[in-house]
Amino acid sequence: MTYGDTVAVDGLDLEVARGTVTAVLGPNGAGKTTTLETCEGYRRAQAGRVRVLGLDPQAQRGALLPRIGVMLQSGGAWSGVRAVEMLRHVASLHAHPLDVGLLVERLGLEECGRTPYRRLSGGQQQRLGLAMAVVGRPELVFVDEPTAGMDPQMRRATWQLLQEMRADGVTVVLTTHYMDEAERLADTVHVIDHGRLIATGSPFELTRGTGTSTIRLVVTEPFPPDAPESLRAALGGATDVRPLNPQSLLITGPADASTLATVSAWCQAHGVLPESLSLGQRTLEDVFLQITGRELTS
Amino acid sequence: MSLDKLDHRGTFTPAPGAAPLSRMVAAQTRMETRLLLRNGEQLLLAVVIPLIVLVGGILAARHFELPLDGRPVDLLTPGVLALAVMSTSFTSLAIATGFERRYGVLKRLGSSPLPRSGLLAGKVGALLVVEAAQLVVLGGAGLLLGWSPEVTAAGLLGALLVVLCATAAFASLGLLLAGTLRAEATLAAANLVYLLLLAGGAVVLPASAYGGVGGSLTWLPSGALGEGMRTALVDGAFPGVDVLVLVVWAVAGTVLTARTFRWE
Repeated sequence: MTYGDTVAVDGLDLEVARGTVTAVLGPNGAGKTTTLETCEGYRRAQAGRVRVLGLDPQAQRGALLPRIGVMLQSGGAWSGVRAVEMLRHVASLHAHPLDVGLLVERLGLEECGRTPYRRLSGGQQQRLGLAMAVVGRPELVFVDEPTAGMDPQMRRATWQLLQEMRADGVTVVLTTHYMDEAERLADTVHVIDHGRLIATGSPFELTRGTGTSTIRLVVTEPFPPDAPESLRAALGGATDVRPLNPQSLLITGPADASTLATVSAWCQAHGVLPESLSLGQRTLEDVFLQITGRELTS
Repeated sequence: MSLDKLDHRGTFTPAPGAAPLSRMVAAQTRMETRLLLRNGEQLLLAVVIPLIVLVGGILAARHFELPLDGRPVDLLTPGVLALAVMSTSFTSLAIATGFERRYGVLKRLGSSPLPRSGLLAGKVGALLVVEAAQLVVLGGAGLLLGWSPEVTAAGLLGALLVVLCATAAFASLGLLLAGTLRAEATLAAANLVYLLLLAGGAVVLPASAYGGVGGSLTWLPSGALGEGMRTALVDGAFPGVDVLVLVVWAVAGTVLTARTFRWE
């Protein structure tokens, strides 16, 4: 898929198993929304083959749409429509909609039920968007950045809702650039960047399957320029050292107590004072950083 | 709830499907009607301006002793009804649809079970409901001011056909604007065209009042609408030519709109 000269999605090959939660993870501009909108029938793939529930999203749109739920990244309601009025309207287009009152309660929309859409906060608009996507009791929901702009409490409520939907047999495909969201919710994570698939697996496979862990080293003063190379030499061949910013480094590789000791000794030898030295399992963020050399969120 | 549990069904167990088309169209019509009536500017356009034109026109005709062919109220009321049809089916629809595109409403509904034909049917339904309300209010105001239309079967049937064909013609032209321009440009253009046609389009005033160009004005959708209403309700005759002109505009507008309309 290209926009002008920009290639948004390039040779992406993804498969989603029914009844699972799949996260498409990537930074802004990675091609997540384009991928989703191609599956939803909004865009025609310029090459390749797309099937959703066995249907062609373009040629068989009429058969596909009643079976899926779509949450857009933003907008999607009249500016003057009241929140619950909008939800009831979308519900009335479906044969067996969920109880609107239940969804309103679950997503905390009572507080703004009679508020016109244009006066809803960003988080309230997100919640209404999610409610509109699921109210028709779809087999498959596509949710684009479901928790962007939500407060932590509503974020957890949204995660719980999506987990419950999965338990009840709904297939969920979500895009996100939050690693914790993907790690918490997804059975399968597809990491994409520049429209290409760069890693696929369960959060466990992606973060722990390789047997490596990470050490984040934060120091009080900026590192000397050759610090990554020098530290890599001190730690030995299997270790990867990347600068995160002038005062922190990410060390990836087989780590044990002696690794920490080596890092401490290196700090002392180079006259830098560690502010924190944290040993942890790799996160999806680390995976992304390691593959692309860039931070997921900037 | 207990039955659900026996079946091992959860709250979200999939049960997808579209509602019957008639129910979806009825829901869309109700929604669009409510939104049209909720909007202050739309009400101004739909009722207040036509009322001002009606009362103002009658007062002006009396004050300046305008050389009108008949009683002012009999001539002006059909024209004001025509204006009301134009304001709703063209200006209101174009503006509302332009902003629906802007706010992603068309995109959102595009992924709902409501097909595009159903969306269009809902819009037309809402236009007809609002127009019926306008007819009652403005026709009632006309009657209070002494309007006595020439009531014949041919005239009433003619007026009904003119309203329906003009609604189709203006709605297709309004959607042509809304589907190609940005929302703000649609707002400006729809209001500008409305004002130009109000002043110079032979809607409220008969084409004969425009002197030499009057004849060609009847080929405009505004002129055909205004003249058709006057032929039907002043003369009590069937406005065949005007209906035909409106049908041609409706077909042309629909073809153009279908080719150019962008949903996003």
